[in-house]
Amino acid sequence: MAYIDLQNDLPGIRGPMAFRPETAKPLNELAEILLHSEDNSLSRGEREMIGAYVSSLNDCFFCQSVHGAMAQHYFQCNMQFIDAIKQDYKSAPVSDKFKSLLSIAGSVQKGGKHVTEQQVENARSLGASDREIHDTVLIAAAFCMFNRYVDGLNTWAPHNKQVYIGRAAMRASEGYANSNPNR
Amino acid sequence: MAYIQVEEGVPGIRSLVLFRPETGKPLYELAQVLLRGESSLTEAERELIAAYVSHRNNCLFCASSHAAAARCLYGDEKNTVDEVLHDMQQSCISAKLKSLLHIAGKVQILGKEVKPKDIAAARNLGATDREIHDTVLIAAAFSMFNRYVDGLASFTPTDPAVYESMGERMREGYVLPQTTKK
Repeated sequence: MAYIDLQNDLPGIRGPMAFRPETAKPLNELAEILLHSEDNSLSRGEREMIGAYVSSLNDCFFCQSVHGAMAQHYFQCNMQFIDAIKQDYKSAPVSDKFKSLLSIAGSVQKGGKHVTEQQVENARSLGASDREIHDTVLIAAAFCMFNRYVDGLNTWAPHNKQVYIGRAAMRASEGYANSNPNR
Repeated sequence: MAYIQVEEGVPGIRSLVLFRPETGKPLYELAQVLLRGESSLTEAERELIAAYVSHRNNCLFCASSHAAAARCLYGDEKNTVDEVLHDMQQSCISAKLKSLLHIAGKVQILGKEVKPKDIAAARNLGATDREIHDTVLIAAAFSMFNRYVDGLASFTPTDPAVYESMGERMREGYVLPQTTKK
């Protein structure tokens, strides 16, 4: 049960978003541009995976389930592949460039100052652009917000992971900008 | 020097949103709604929450600038800001505001650190659901802003006078910068 009366019984972030639409609007717009916009050289799957990875480090069940399912949808893989990246991305069959970005995201999760010049140089030497480094840092930072919002208000989350997988195609086609928290 | 190529000499988040205005727009809108929008918490109190979380995250740019904005808004009681940043529990603020800052401090660590008794304490001191919601989201948002600013090693001025004038501008609200002038 959420700590405050949200006047709805929606799961996860959808509860407080329906409670306070004025703040939901910029939050959804931020998610849209970072995760769903086509104007990005990182794929939608990669961006969702960064969100899922940071959410798993923050131990936020709702966010890692939603965004893990989104990454799975875009990657056209199974959930074992997503879980393997979350648990040990260094051993997972993803590109070195993507690993270098996940490494930066993991440092952002600990605190901004944990990101080192060496990590950034490594990503750059593997082909990452300034825009990609920027977006990786901001996606990781944004999930440090979303995770705290969702868990700090103690919102509830469906336990069945199939629920999240079942919603991924709808969210992928609609995006986040105009998402209605009630559905 | 910032990790990515942003305009030289432009400080903090300003340099980052000029680099990427598409994400800057919702970020500034979020700050405006949370810190300047209609609320039963004063603008000074909300800036104080922002400064408190940024201080705990050791983000010098956000802590200095939002502390400066809070000092402007507190006016004659501007010493409140430094008292709170020095020792929140011993400061002269109301018990209710202390209970909200306590929740913000928990959020800064991690969402799950907020416990039912933290919420009950705030509620007993008169905090509403909306006030608790906004406190959690302000603290969460600054856990983002702080990481954004420091994760890209954006330029952090050290001269207190720079922050003083920044605070005066921030009092007027958050509008996405359109030009590259400092």
